[in-house]
This record gives sequence, C-alpha cells and structure tokens, in this order.
Amino acid sequence: MELPTPRGPLSEALFAALRSTDDFLPVLAETSGASVDDGTLCLWVLHQLHYREITGVPDTLEWDPQLLRLRALLEDDLERRLRSRFTAPTGLSFVVDFFDWVDEHDGASLAVHVHREATRDQVLEMLRERSLYHLMESDPTAWVVPRLGARAKAALMELQYDEYGAGDPNRLHHHLFALGMEASGLDATFGVYVDDASTEILEQNNAMTLLGLHRRHRAAALGHLAAFEATSSLPSRRMVQGLERLGFPQELVGYYAEHVEADAVHEQLAVRTIIGAVLEEAPELAEDAWFGAFTCLDLEDRVARQMLDRWGVRDERDVA
Amino acid sequence: MSTPYDHPETIVCPGGPMLLRGRHVVGDADGVPHETTRPVTAVCRCERSASLPWCDGTHKVLPERLRPS
Ligand code: FES
Ligand SMILES: [Fe+2]
Ligand SMILES: [Fe+2]
Repeated sequence: MELPTPRGPLSEALFAALRSTDDFLPVLAETSGASVDDGTLCLWVLHQLHYREITGVPDTLEWDPQLLRLRALLEDDLERRLRSRFTAPTGLSFVVDFFDWVDEHDGASLAVHVHREATRDQVLEMLRERSLYHLMESDPTAWVVPRLGARAKAALMELQYDEYGAGDPNRLHHHLFALGMEASGLDATFGVYVDDASTEILEQNNAMTLLGLHRRHRAAALGHLAAFEATSSLPSRRMVQGLERLGFPQELVGYYAEHVEADAVHEQLAVRTIIGAVLEEAPELAEDAWFGAFTCLDLEDRVARQMLDRWGVRDERDVA
Repeated sequence: MSTPYDHPETIVCPGGPMLLRGRHVVGDADGVPHETTRPVTAVCRCERSASLPWCDGTHKVLPERLRPS
C-alpha cells in the first residue's frame, strides 16, 4: 500500500518521519490541536502497519515504541469519542433482546438508496470508500480469536471459517469483493482510494481495528461483529437489486448475494454461540458487547448520512 | 471441564431460522432437494424467505404472529 496524501500538520509530520524513519518525538508534539480528520488518517495509517506493507516504510516500525505511543494517544482520543456517544441499555439480555434492539437503533441506510435511486457514479463512489473495509473484511475480528475461552473461540472460528471461504480462496469474502471491484472497472489494490475516504469512513475502520487489537475490547469487538452481521442480509438483498438495476457485473452482484444467506447465518452465530458463550463465562462483559454493537450501528449511520448529504439525498431512514 | 461442551447439529433460533451444521440435503416445499454449501446453514422456518429453503433474514420484518416460535 502507498502512504495517503496528508490531511494536516500531524499527518504531514508523521508521513515524512515514516519515510525517513526519523525520530518520532517531534511528531508526538503535533498531536495536541490536530483536527479529527488529520488524527483519524494518522491512526488509520498506524493501524495499517499491523496489516500490510507500506511502500517506503520499514516493517520494523510496526513495533516502534514511539509510534505505539502515538497510536495509543490517537486511540484514546477515538475511544473517548465513541464512549461519549454511547449509553448502555438497561434491563436487556444480549442474547434474547439483541435483534429487537438493533431494529430500534438501526440508522440511515445506503442500501435503501442504492436499491431504487442511486446513480452509477454514486455507487462507484460508495464502492471506492467501502473498499477500505471490504478488501480486508473479517481481518480485524481475527485478532480476537486467541483472547477467547474454548467455547467462544470455537464459535468465532466457525463463523470466520465461512468468511474466509471455508478453505476455498475463491469463496473468501474479501477476495469476492476484489473480483467485484475489478469487474466494475475499479482498482482492487488495497488503499488506493483512501484519499477519497471521508473522516467517517476512516473512523469506522479505525474503530474496528481498535476493538480487534486490544484484548480488553474483545467483547466490544464481538458486539460490533454481531451488529454488523445483523444489519447485512436484508440490505445486501437491496444492494443486489440496486446493482442489477444499474447493470453492474455479476461478480459484484455475487458479493452481495453471498452476504444475503451468509449473514443470515452469521448474525445468529454471533449472538447465540459466540456472545452467548462469552457472556456465560464472563457476564460482566455485557456492557462492552453493547458498546461494540452500538458503535457499529452509530458509525454506519454517520457514514451513510455523510454520503447521502454529499449527494443531496434526504435521509431515507423513514422509508427503510 | 470434564463434561463435554454442547455442540448440537441443529440450533433452533426463536423467531428465526434453524441452524444446521455440516452437509445436509434439505427439501423445499416442492420436494426439490438442496444441498448445504457452508459450514453452518440457516434453514428458513417462516416460509417467507426469497431464498427458500434458506433463511435470508426476512423473518425479521414479519409481524410477531407470523414469526416461527
Ligand atoms: S426464518 Fe429467516 S427468512 Fe424465514
Ligand atoms: Fe462477509
Ligand atoms: Fe458475515
């Protein structure tokens, strides 16, 4: 992956230092007063060091103590923002009440717009931004596996096994998305469209990596997973119909068609076998699971509203 | 520790599908056989899925009384 274009003094300083592997202490000084957009892009790049090679940046910097310090400052900032938006539900059981709760908290929907109204260019714009996640789909959740007890670990692997194609690379979900992008005339190289990504999209991705990378956030990561899966089947069906309406290629349609049925399974597994097992072992993690679930829905709502606003589309929540 | 964990071949989800682990052949309403293709499959119980015999999440938008118990 290539380093993105800087979005302010912090990313200017960080990217220059990453290229020259300079001392990172002066970069730390730039964090106070950095804009959310600037800091969010920096955190996204620092997270990417854990996933893949960045051109011109030595691999050893993945574990550089000064960069980890910077990552921690930016992650604290993000976590504070996410927590300030969240109120824990009271008197609800995650396993029993989750789907009704999602129903009440689900926000603005891009799939509703794609289904009937979106233009081809809007869909391409959406695919470019979504590609930051879809091209590494399920990877943030993979960090959680070693942090779980036997039951929850086996249950999470049962779900992830399907995400990763059940042994067949041709069925691996992020590969299906890459095929869909290429067939639609887009570049499926990871990160090429990051300069087009809104702060909201970057924040959505950073939140998934934040929750995945830290053991203390394991229940939140799984709550996030549950909410993600639970808001996928029906929207994926709308995506299929919208993409067919616009004449997008079968490879791309196929990615969403796969998610109609896959996520009808995954949503049940996430709630019943995975979180069910986690909370039976450690009931005190329930609030974290809700925090992750809320964060997923809230960030998707922000992403969708930002995009719909940009296109001058009225919030379609009422017709969702 | 000594008692084995429960790992059933089927899990009935209240209000939703039945999960089926492993390879099976499921007949639809017309008796046409469908083979499962993934490690765990959700079999529709509300009969309103657009992908019968598999669940596609449609049960979630049905009124309470039409959802399978
Ligand atoms: S049980 Fe899910 S669609 Fe019928
Ligand atoms: Fe997937
Ligand atoms: Fe999934």
